[in-house]
Amino acid sequence: MAKPKAQSPKSEVQSPKSAPAAPPYHPIAHGLSDDDFKHGKVCTTRWTADARYAWDRGVAIGRYLDGLKQGKLLGVRCAKCARIMIPPRAFCEWCFKPVDGWVELEDTGVVNTFSLCYVTWDVKRVKEPQVPAVIEIDGASRGMGIMHLLGGVDPKKVFCGMKVKAVWKPAAEREGAITDILYWKPL
Amino acid sequence: MGNRVAIVGVGMTKFVRRALETGKELSWLASKMALDSCGMTMDQIGCVALGTAPDTFDGVHMKGEYLSDGAGCWGKPYMRSYVGGGTGVFSVAQGWYHVASGMFDTCLVVCEEKMSTFQPHAQAAFLTIFDHTTERPLKPNLLWIFALEMNRYMTAYGLKKEDIARVAVKNKNNALDHPAAQIAAPVTIEDVLNSEVLAWPVQRLDVSPVSDGAVAVILANESVARRVTDKPVWIEGCGWALDTAYWTNRDLCYSRCVEEAARMAYKMAGVTDPRHQIHVAEPYDPFDYKELQHLEGLMLCGRGEAAQLTADGVTARDGELPVCPSGGLLGVGNPIAAAGLMKVAELFWQLRGEAGKRQIARKATRGVAQAWGDLMQVGTVVVLGV
Amino acid sequence: MSERIAVVGIGATQFRTITPDVSYKELMFDAAVRAYDNAGIDPRRDVDTFVTCAEDYIEGTSIFDEYVPDQLGAALKQVHTITGDGLHGVAAAVMQLRTGRFSLAVVEAHSKASNILTPDGVAACAQDPVYVRPLCLNSHFIAGLEMNRFCAESGVTPGQCAQVAVKNRGNALSNPIAGQAAKLTLEDFRHARPVALPLTELDVAQSVDGAVVVVLATESRARELRTKPVWLTGAGWCNGSPNLETRDWASPKYVTTAAAMAYKQAGITDPRHYFDFAEVDDTYTYKELQHLVALGLANACDVGRDVELGKTATKGKRPVNVSGGALGMGHMYECIGLARLYCAVQQLRGEAGMQQLDKARTAVVQAWRGVPTASAAVLTLAT
Repeated sequence: MAKPKAQSPKSEVQSPKSAPAAPPYHPIAHGLSDDDFKHGKVCTTRWTADARYAWDRGVAIGRYLDGLKQGKLLGVRCAKCARIMIPPRAFCEWCFKPVDGWVELEDTGVVNTFSLCYVTWDVKRVKEPQVPAVIEIDGASRGMGIMHLLGGVDPKKVFCGMKVKAVWKPAAEREGAITDILYWKPL
Repeated sequence: MGNRVAIVGVGMTKFVRRALETGKELSWLASKMALDSCGMTMDQIGCVALGTAPDTFDGVHMKGEYLSDGAGCWGKPYMRSYVGGGTGVFSVAQGWYHVASGMFDTCLVVCEEKMSTFQPHAQAAFLTIFDHTTERPLKPNLLWIFALEMNRYMTAYGLKKEDIARVAVKNKNNALDHPAAQIAAPVTIEDVLNSEVLAWPVQRLDVSPVSDGAVAVILANESVARRVTDKPVWIEGCGWALDTAYWTNRDLCYSRCVEEAARMAYKMAGVTDPRHQIHVAEPYDPFDYKELQHLEGLMLCGRGEAAQLTADGVTARDGELPVCPSGGLLGVGNPIAAAGLMKVAELFWQLRGEAGKRQIARKATRGVAQAWGDLMQVGTVVVLGV
Repeated sequence: MSERIAVVGIGATQFRTITPDVSYKELMFDAAVRAYDNAGIDPRRDVDTFVTCAEDYIEGTSIFDEYVPDQLGAALKQVHTITGDGLHGVAAAVMQLRTGRFSLAVVEAHSKASNILTPDGVAACAQDPVYVRPLCLNSHFIAGLEMNRFCAESGVTPGQCAQVAVKNRGNALSNPIAGQAAKLTLEDFRHARPVALPLTELDVAQSVDGAVVVVLATESRARELRTKPVWLTGAGWCNGSPNLETRDWASPKYVTTAAAMAYKQAGITDPRHYFDFAEVDDTYTYKELQHLVALGLANACDVGRDVELGKTATKGKRPVNVSGGALGMGHMYECIGLARLYCAVQQLRGEAGMQQLDKARTAVVQAWRGVPTASAAVLTLAT
C-alpha cells in the first residue's frame, strides 16, 4: 500500500482543523481551556483517593533510622566488592549477597550536585529557593551520596564540591526519620 | 532466530494540555487511526500491548484494565508493560516479543496518557515516585532530580545554559511543522534563557509541557506485513536496561542504562558503528539537556560532545544526523508513554519518506528511537530500518 | 518451531498476615535467593531478562518498577514490569524466551498487603471514575453481583461455595508456607458476617504478605541446569469487558478464551480428562467453581455437587487447590497466580511434602486479577 490515505475517522469527533500537509493527517482530540472548566462548559467528576499506607522499614532502613535518631549516619559494608554504602541495604546489589556489617559514617560530606528550586512539590512558587543536593557522605565509598537539603547558606554561593555538615534536630525532637537532619550547612 | 517484525500502521491524537476525551477515548482514537492507516480491522489484530505511565495521573488503579476496551483489548490477550518514562518506546519492544515469539501474527501497541486529571497539577503526583522512607519526607519535587542531573552534567563537561538551550530551540521550532503538536510558537535562545527559573538550572522553556494524548502502532510479522503494505518499517533491534534504584549512588552525568539498552538493540540490529549506521534519531527529550545526554548514551557521539554537535547544526533537520525532527517532547508535548511512542511513529514516517514538511534532508534507511525514565535509571531503545 | 520452555527454579517466602521485620525489598530478596539457589544459577551472570508484576496503588509508590532491580540481582540488566498477575508475567517471559534472543528468564511478584491501611479505598480507585465510583460501593459488591448471577444460572448454592472455603483452608493446614490455614465447618458460615450477599466474610480470601520468584529457561538451557525441568506447555491470557454494564455475569468467557489459547499450544483437546490436578483462582469461593467451568474442567450443573462429594478434594478424582488456594494461603494481589504456580511445580516435581499427590504429571494453573477486572491468565504444565 502506498501512503496512508487521509481517511476520515468514523467517529463523531472531527478534527478541529483542516487536513494538514504532514502526518499524522488527522490528529484528533479536543483541547480544553481553563475557562471551559471554570465556567462549567464541561462536566467533571471529582474523587479524592483514600489510599494510605504504612510501610515496614525492614532491617536495613530500620537500623538506618534508629541511627538517625541517635544522631549518627550508618552505612553498610560489602566484603566482596569492598564498598561502604549509604543509604543502607540488606544486600549488595552488584554482588547479590547479604551485606557484611555496619559502619558509622561522618555527618559531613561533599556536594555532588545541587539545584535552586523555586517551586514546591505541589507546584507553589516560593521566593527563597529550596536547595536540594546529592551529598557524598564522608566515610562511605566514593560516589555514595544521599539526597537532602542545604541550608544556612546564601543559595548563590553554593557550588559543586562544597564541604557540608549535617545540622541535626535537638536529640529530644528526633523521631528516627530522614528529617532528623534539618539540613546541611557549609563546613 | 525469531521472526522479523515490522511496523505497518500508525495513528496519533493531537497532544493537548487537557483533552475533552477520556483516556479510553484517546486510546480508541489513536488505535482506530492506526488501523485505518494500513486498512486493517480489529479482527486482524492478535493481541494488544498497552503502555501507560503512573496510575496516579488518572487517579485510576489498574489503569491498564480501565483503558483496555478503548485500546481494543476486549476478548483479546492484552498486557500492559511498565517502565516509567521509558514505557513508550518499551511498548514497541513488548509488541516485538509478542510477534517475534511466533505466538501472534499481529500486535496493536497503544500508549495513552491523561495527565490533566490529577488536580491541581500533575507534578504533585510525582512525590510518590520517591522512596517512601528516605526521600518523601523531604517533600521532593520532580524537578529536583532533573535539576540535579542537569547541574551535574553541566559541571562535568563545563557546559553553559546556552549550549543546552539550543536543543529546546531546535525542537520547539521543529514542532511547528507537526500537526499534532501541543506547542506551536517559535522560540529563541534568549526566550529560553529569560524564561522563568523553576529549579535552577532548569527554566520553564527547558522543560516539555504536560499533556494528554495517545499514539498507536500496528506490528506484524513478515508475511502479514508484506500483505498489508509495500513499505514495512522493520524493527531491527530493541533493547532495555534498568539501573539500580539507588540513584544517589550513581554518577548522574551519564546514562549508562541508555548505553546498555542501546548495546542490546544495536547488537540485535547488527549496528557496530552507530554514528555512521544510524541516519536519524529520536532520543528522549523531556528536558533539553536530556537529548544531549541521550545522544551520548546512544553512542552517537562521545561523552560531553553532544552540545557541540548541536551547535554545529549536525542535529538539525537538514543536518547530517537529524535529531528529533518531530519536535520531540519539548515541542510536540509530553503525554509520558504516548510521547515515547510518538518518537517511533516519527521514525516510521521519516523512513518511509512520508513526513511531509518534517521530512529530513538526508536519505535515511535506519533510525533509532529512545526513551528513558524511572529514577533516571531505565533506558529503552528501538532501531527501525527499511 | 520454538524451543520448549521449562520452569527450572522456584522460590517463595513464608506467607504471613504481617511482616513487620522486613521491607518489601528484603521480602523479594528472600524469595529471589531461594529461587536462584533452587535453579542453581547466579542472577548477575546467568539471567537474560527479568519480569516483575506490580501495581502502583498496591505498593503506594508511583512507577514502582524503579525499586525492583537491586533485590533481584537485576541492576543494569533487562528488567520490566507487567501490571498484571504473576502469570501474565510468566507469559511475558515465555514470549521473550520464544524469540530465541533469551535463554533464562526470571519472574517475580509479591504482596505487602499489610502495609495498605485502606485496602477498600485503594480497591475503589479501580472502579470506573465516572459511572461507578459516585455510587460509593465497596468493590466486593461486584463479586456479590457475580456470585448471585452465577448461582442463579448454574444452580450452585452458597452452601456449596462455602464448601470450597472449608476444603481450601483445610488443605492449607498441611502447606508449610500458607498464611490463612484454618479448620472451618459449614456451621461457621452460618455466623459469618455478610459482605455483599450472597457473599460473606468467609467467602473472601484474606490478604497476606509474601513473595514468589520463578526461573524459566529454554529447553537447551534447562538441560544444562541440575534441576528437573517442569515443562510449560501452554500460556494463554485474555481480557473481557472492563465495564460492569457490558459483562457476562454468569461465566467469565475471557477465562475460557485464555484456556483455549493455552490448550491449543499444548495440544490438549480434552481438558476434563487431561489434567491430574488444578490450581485455580479462588479469591472468592464461588470463583473456584466458576473458573473450573470456564476452564472446561466441569459442567456448570455438576460443579457445586462435585465439591460437596469431595471430587476436588486432595483425595478426590481431580484435586483442585491442594495448596490451599488464595483462601488458604492468602490473597497476595499480583502474586496469587505465581503462588499457584509455585505449588503446582512442587507437586509436579514430587516435592510437595505432606501435600504430595500420588499422580501429578499434568496441571493447569489459572489466575484472575480480582474485582473489578475481567482479566485472566492460564498456564498448562507437564513433567
